Amino acid sequence: VRLCSPPNNTPSFTSSSIKMSAISASEKVDGFTRKSMRKAQKQKKSQGSSQFRTQSSLVELSPLPQLKDAPSTEQQDLFTQKLQQCCMLFDFMDSVTDLKSKEIKRATLNELVDYVSTNRGVLVESAYPEITNMVSTNIFRTLPPSENPDFDPEEDEPTLEAAWPHIQLVYEFFLRFLENPDFQPSIAKRYIDQRFVLQLLELFDSEDPRERDFLKTILHRIYGKFLGLRAFIRKQINNIFLRFIYETDHFNGVAELLEILGSIINGFALPLKAEHKQFLMKVLIPMHTAKGLALFHAQLAYCVVQFLEKDPTLTEPVIRGLLKFWPKTCSQKEVMFLGEIEEILDVIEPTQFKKIEEPLFKQISKCVANPHFQVAERALYFWNNEYILSLIEENIDKILPIMFGSLYRISKEHWNPTIVALVYNVLKTLMEMNSTLFDELTSSYKADRQRERYWLYGNSGPFLVGIRRIPAYHVVHHCK
Amino acid sequence: MKAAVGEGPSAALLGGRNPVVQHSSAIRKLQLSKMAGADGDDSLYPIAVLIDELRNEDVQLRLNSIKKLSTIALALGVERTRTELLPFLTDTIYDEDEVLLALAEQLGNFTMLVGGPEYVHCLLPPLESLATVEETVVRDKAVESLRKISQEHSPVDLEVHFEPLVKRLASGDWFTSRTSACGLFSVCYPRVSSTVKAEIRQHFRTLCSDDTPMVRRAAASKLGEFAKVLELDYVKSDIISLFTALASDEQDSVRLLAVEACVSIATLLPQEDLETLVMPTLRQAAEDKSWRVRYMVADKFSELQKAVGPEITKNDLVPAFQNLLKDCEAEVRAAAANKVKEFCENLPEDSREQIIMTHILPCVKELVSDTNQHVKSALASVIMGLSTILGKDNTVEHLLPLFLAQLKDECPEVRLNIISNLDCVNEVIGIRQLSQSLLPAIVELAEDAKWRVRLAIIEYMPLLAGQLGVEFFDEKLNTLCMAWLIDHVYAIREAATCNLMKLVEKFGAEWAQNTIVPKVLGMANDPNYLHRMTTLFCINALSEACGQEITTKQMLPVVLKMSNDQVANVRFNVAKSLQKIGPVLDSNALQTEVKPVLEKLATDTDMDVKYFAQEAISVLALA
Repeated sequence: VRLCSPPNNTPSFTSSSIKMSAISASEKVDGFTRKSMRKAQKQKKSQGSSQFRTQSSLVELSPLPQLKDAPSTEQQDLFTQKLQQCCMLFDFMDSVTDLKSKEIKRATLNELVDYVSTNRGVLVESAYPEITNMVSTNIFRTLPPSENPDFDPEEDEPTLEAAWPHIQLVYEFFLRFLENPDFQPSIAKRYIDQRFVLQLLELFDSEDPRERDFLKTILHRIYGKFLGLRAFIRKQINNIFLRFIYETDHFNGVAELLEILGSIINGFALPLKAEHKQFLMKVLIPMHTAKGLALFHAQLAYCVVQFLEKDPTLTEPVIRGLLKFWPKTCSQKEVMFLGEIEEILDVIEPTQFKKIEEPLFKQISKCVANPHFQVAERALYFWNNEYILSLIEENIDKILPIMFGSLYRISKEHWNPTIVALVYNVLKTLMEMNSTLFDELTSSYKADRQRERYWLYGNSGPFLVGIRRIPAYHVVHHCK
Repeated sequence: MKAAVGEGPSAALLGGRNPVVQHSSAIRKLQLSKMAGADGDDSLYPIAVLIDELRNEDVQLRLNSIKKLSTIALALGVERTRTELLPFLTDTIYDEDEVLLALAEQLGNFTMLVGGPEYVHCLLPPLESLATVEETVVRDKAVESLRKISQEHSPVDLEVHFEPLVKRLASGDWFTSRTSACGLFSVCYPRVSSTVKAEIRQHFRTLCSDDTPMVRRAAASKLGEFAKVLELDYVKSDIISLFTALASDEQDSVRLLAVEACVSIATLLPQEDLETLVMPTLRQAAEDKSWRVRYMVADKFSELQKAVGPEITKNDLVPAFQNLLKDCEAEVRAAAANKVKEFCENLPEDSREQIIMTHILPCVKELVSDTNQHVKSALASVIMGLSTILGKDNTVEHLLPLFLAQLKDECPEVRLNIISNLDCVNEVIGIRQLSQSLLPAIVELAEDAKWRVRLAIIEYMPLLAGQLGVEFFDEKLNTLCMAWLIDHVYAIREAATCNLMKLVEKFGAEWAQNTIVPKVLGMANDPNYLHRMTTLFCINALSEACGQEITTKQMLPVVLKMSNDQVANVRFNVAKSLQKIGPVLDSNALQTEVKPVLEKLATDTDMDVKYFAQEAISVLALA
């Protein structure tokens, strides 16, 4: 649970809005209006990139001859010309202007994609700056303000990039360029430098999932091919995440970046550098507190488990970290945490298990007794996992006393019959593991309950049970 | 003190409750219990409980205890607070963020509890650790407390204890400590020697070019504050170059913070230096490729305008403002539209009207038909203010058509914003000019499908009534006000009731008697019990404003008659109403008319009716 939202540098209508903002905010409370409203505006929204005063007067593009028809001596020149032609940007919010030029650029981009993916020997040194310039001009832009400042990635339709018909082809082209067998990082690194990567990373905040998907593949290729940029890329991702966690609470591309990191972590050399451990403890673990955890939890858990597979000694701090940030009110998140714990337990070493079993099972015991049946159910599913069962069995003397109270109580009290059935099975399993201890715990539990009841009700028994709740003013009234 | 006082020694208490905790931190606890209870002083038992709770497994208990930290410190005395409690608290730093936040806040007020300014530096170690934690809220609070206690340091202590702490934070490994350091430079700079000052400037410079954007953001946000405490020469030599660098940072989140600093820096510099030192950067910010930076410029426009003075405003800011009003991003246009009135107000008087008429008004005219409703409503909330600046003739000729257009806008927010600012226009040209267009706009809002829109317009009714006068009101608006009384949303009926009271306060009791009281009382016979209850609520609201005469002669009989209503809710509201209007009635009416009815209600079959009747009897002292 976050204490409060950190200051947000990004202005939006929520902060600048006028008198009625309270209205739209509280309207949200009413789920019915909200859903119906959303249905009403179901049509896909799109928005233009925030190009600030682009070229004011556009010259109409004129089609150039096809590359494949040109004599090989002129091909290189024509290739450059086409790249330059594709630097022209168009307003896609206005669907009627420049139709002819837009079509020419689209066809040219298609041709360029084809050209770099099927031909060998086309990536001469002089083409590199032209290519990176064309790509930068088209894709690097300030992302526009979100149409919907309260954008909920889980529920709302994303706003799509209006210029996608062109941008998609530019991404496609860039990817083919990076993947071309003739591609030489030693030449490209003059153009694909830190500044380039930084701008690429900023685009991960795009609301358009299609764009983020391309970016993911591209960044992955760059990370693979440019050894000199690796540390820089990791550090910048680090910064994006920290800003996401502690400053803005908003970044659309977290899942994609985590996915890339997952494969990066996989390749870390052993022993892990201090820098990598710090990233795990100070970035990945606190990331579990984010509001939109559901959007990237799978990728996040994968990264964490990757780390633990690399270096099992990190298990204790990681689990303690998760316990520290354990959700207090959000059941949905709690289910995710339990899922992650199970993934960790799947790979845990028995010696590491012993180090954290006590605090961990205290938490599991609380989850098992959670009135939200999905939380309880998720925790109880641990007992279906063979490996976890074997760990529990080895440490039954420690774990049974921690779990017993909760299990025994909810076997009598939980409102949900499925949970009660599950608990019976779990109790049975635990009893088979150590029946003597089980019996001892049963009798001492019963004795404790007896004592409690005595303190609560005295000797007269539980007379309060069964009396319905009385409205406050009636109580006042009766007392007069 | 919430802890269980008088239940025996704290250790035993805790042990009984929570054997695991006792086991894991037994050593610490022993020492702490000794701390409080060693001298066998029974009065310290509650304190011992609090101290134990600092270690309790339950966060809420730890939190409660931390919030009573001053009580603990007071009981321990200054010396033991310094030697035992503070080291213990310094160890607590791994705790939950909520506990840390409370701790950071408490320590800011601890000076007297550690023995006054002479010992205030004892508070630095725990606060230093708190200033390095990840959670922004905790860190900010720790910095706030550090800033506070820095003032309590003597100049010597500041150099010996405080400044080294700032240096340590500024050169910390992890970004959190460096961001915290940014907020501490300005509090110690004015009170240290010139050598130390030079070091501080150097540290600040380093942080401004830190490779972590979080730190650069922190530095940029404190740049203005730091500039204020620097000597003017250093402002010119150091701050300007930092400002220029931050304003062209690769990250827009840093650049936009430099805009804020621009205001403070411009205020510090003499007019003749502004052009060369500040304006190039400001011009660049107003044309930044990121809309966030331009938004910031728009948002800070009035402050910037005041800081750079009239000449630069005329030459530079007017065209910049025009561009912001025409920006391609609606967010920026809306922010600029919000500033239209302030900007115009602060223009130099000699050329104000000319600038507005030739440069600003054309942009404003375009915004009236902007495609974005937020832009239009931002404009609508300030545009009426222009009439006072431009005077009667210009208002009638140029502004009135805009007001009328906005009154017909499709977005209710725009119309509401115009209506809610009618008073400005009223002063200049009188509201009559508008009334023909006003009426359809009001009627439409009054019948809007969204009840919150209806609610908002009700709130402006008293104001409108005052400005339009009683005749216009009776003729055109009275029906609306009465219709709201039978709205199907309770909040509207309630607001309508309150509205009636304000109208009576404005137009007087006689008006009430002739126009609204008959209608209100008529509703007492309505077949819908909710409407009958509305009669009672209106009477509750109106009796005082209407006075004893009307209340006794006209309202009371209706209320009394309603005591026979078949719906219990109406009957107990009769009891409540009688209680409410009782003070307005004379004692004769109370004794002869009210008392019998309440006594009858007190024997009602319904519990609630009985209850409220009895309450009324006792409040009115009729028993």
